[in-house]
Amino acid sequence: MDLLERFTAGDLDAFEALFCQHQRQVYAWMVRIVRDSGIAEDLTVETFWRIYRSRARFDPAGNFGAWAYRIATNAALDHLRKSRRETELPADLSADRCPDTAVQHETRDRIRQAFAQLPPKYRLVATLALIEDEPYERIAGAAGISVSLVKIRVFRAVRMLRKQLSSLGIKDAKS
Amino acid sequence: MNHDDDKAVRDLLKQVIGPVANTELRHDLWPQMLWRLDHQQAVRIPWFDWALGAIAGAALILFPGAIPALLYHL
Repeated sequence: MDLLERFTAGDLDAFEALFCQHQRQVYAWMVRIVRDSGIAEDLTVETFWRIYRSRARFDPAGNFGAWAYRIATNAALDHLRKSRRETELPADLSADRCPDTAVQHETRDRIRQAFAQLPPKYRLVATLALIEDEPYERIAGAAGISVSLVKIRVFRAVRMLRKQLSSLGIKDAKS
Repeated sequence: MNHDDDKAVRDLLKQVIGPVANTELRHDLWPQMLWRLDHQQAVRIPWFDWALGAIAGAALILFPGAIPALLYHL
C-alpha cells in the first residue's frame, strides 16, 4: 500500500508524511494570498485539517499537490470573505520598493484600501496575477476555475480598481 | 484582454503593495496540526448521535409513562 492509499485509509503516519512534504508549498501559496505570516500559518493548518477530513474523497491515483493547492485556495478565499471588513493590508511581508519613485504616503493608503475593498474572488486572482505574477494557468488550477474565468476576473478587478482610484483622484491607474 | 492591458494597475500595485518577499515557513507546523486533530476530534459528535438523543428526549417528555419501563429494561 503506497503513501496516498494509506492516507485515504486514515493512516496518521501517512498524513504526517504528506504534511511534511507539502506544508512549505502550501504556506508559500497561502502567504502570497493573505500577506500575513501568522494568518498564513493558521490557514495552512486549516488547509491540512480540511484535507484530513476529506481524505476518503481523494483518489490515491490523483495529484495530491494539486488537490492541496485547491483546498488551500478555498481556505484562503473563505478567510478573505470573513476579513473583508478589514481594509488594511499587512505591509510587513512585501518586498522593498523604491522609495524615490514611491507614491505619496496618503495615496498609497488609498490604493491599498481600494485593493482591500475588492470582492474576495477578484482580490484573490488580482493578488496572484497582478502582484505575485503567478501564471493564469496555475491560478486557474488552484482556484478550480478556467483560465478564461481567471482572465475575466483580473480584467474586472482592474476595472473596479481603476474606477475606485479615479474616484479617489488617483490618475496613475489609467493605462 | 492580456497582460499589457492592465500594466498600469499592475505597476501601481507592485509599487504600493509589492510581492511577498519571504515565503519561507519559519517553523514546522506539525505540532499545531496534531493539536488541531486531537482537539477537533475530541469534540466532534456525529449528527446521528445528536438526532438519536433529541428523539429519545422528546419521547420521554411526550410519554413520561415510558420512563419506568425504560428503566426496567436498562
